[in-house]
Amino acid sequence: MLNYLWGIMIVIGIVVGVFNGRIDEVSNATLSSSKEAVTLCISMLGIMAMWTGLMEIAKKSGIVSSFTKGLRPIIKFLFPDIPKNHIVNEYIASNMIANILGLGWAATPMGLMAMKELKKLNKDSDLASHDMCTFLIINISSLQLIPVNIIAYRSQYGSANPAEILAAGIVATIFSTFVGVLFSVLARKLSKGDK
Amino acid sequence: MKFLIYISDYIIPFVFFLIITTGLSRKTNVYDDFIEGAKEGFKVVYGILPTLIGLMVAVGVLRASGALDLLSNLIKPVTDFIHFPSELVPVALVKMFSSSAATGLVLDIFKQYGPDSYIGRLVSIMMSCTETIFYTMAVYFMVAGVRKSRYTLLGALVATLSGIVGSLVIANILF
Repeated sequence: MLNYLWGIMIVIGIVVGVFNGRIDEVSNATLSSSKEAVTLCISMLGIMAMWTGLMEIAKKSGIVSSFTKGLRPIIKFLFPDIPKNHIVNEYIASNMIANILGLGWAATPMGLMAMKELKKLNKDSDLASHDMCTFLIINISSLQLIPVNIIAYRSQYGSANPAEILAAGIVATIFSTFVGVLFSVLARKLSKGDK
Repeated sequence: MKFLIYISDYIIPFVFFLIITTGLSRKTNVYDDFIEGAKEGFKVVYGILPTLIGLMVAVGVLRASGALDLLSNLIKPVTDFIHFPSELVPVALVKMFSSSAATGLVLDIFKQYGPDSYIGRLVSIMMSCTETIFYTMAVYFMVAGVRKSRYTLLGALVATLSGIVGSLVIANILF
């Protein structure tokens, strides 16, 4: 995906730059942008390390696992076809909690494990099961409550109050997730006939 | 609705307070754990750096060449009609395919308009409530060996679109 996207962005940029007579600016942009990416990462290091440090305390003190337990009834409601006590419940819960806490890099491995188990439950069919559809829609609807990266970027570019968008972001996230859940539940009901 | 801005100031300190008091009351070594976890953050940023260099160069080239302005001027009549800033259309579209490429565009917006401008705030909220659609679907369904994804794409699009509309409404009320 990115191979095309990235390649096309650069090719278009250079072609348009030549036509606009701004190729000197394009040339400068390649140099200044790469430098800027490094500066940005250096200031991000602080905020990111602060966040992962805090999350480690949450993990070690059992907050994350009690959240995971708290998710059980919700998972039961969202994924009625998954057998009780099946390991996939754990994977889905861990994936969701990691997403909610903004630990995206920890969420993906758990999500992929969940998909592998759902595949077995789906008898290796090439048609997605309802549970798979629901799981993906909810994942894509975005669960992250505190977007650490965005706050880091805002502070790097001189925001007077980088965190001011947090509550608004949470409201928007809850709304999009709610719509995703609603859609999944309805779609499952409407297509109940074909398993 | 203005209270949403005031609440925002409390969220990070509150998360700190909650996690640290829980840790202390359960007698875990909060400071040692923090240090241990902070090391993880370095690895995360180290992993992002190459992507960020690649994508910021690509967006920088697009910006300097005038291609981004060209695109937003082209779609301006449509986006003005629905009261959506045309500058954010590339972000919304690219975000469906790649989160990091969208990040490159967001940084460009912060640079051009500032993170505290209306557009800067709107894009911050938008990025908080959307995820990549096609990338996530491709990776997850590949693992599951699924070819027919049924209503997943439609559901994902509906959720994403409602996130964008929701951001727009909230940003208009608050800022």
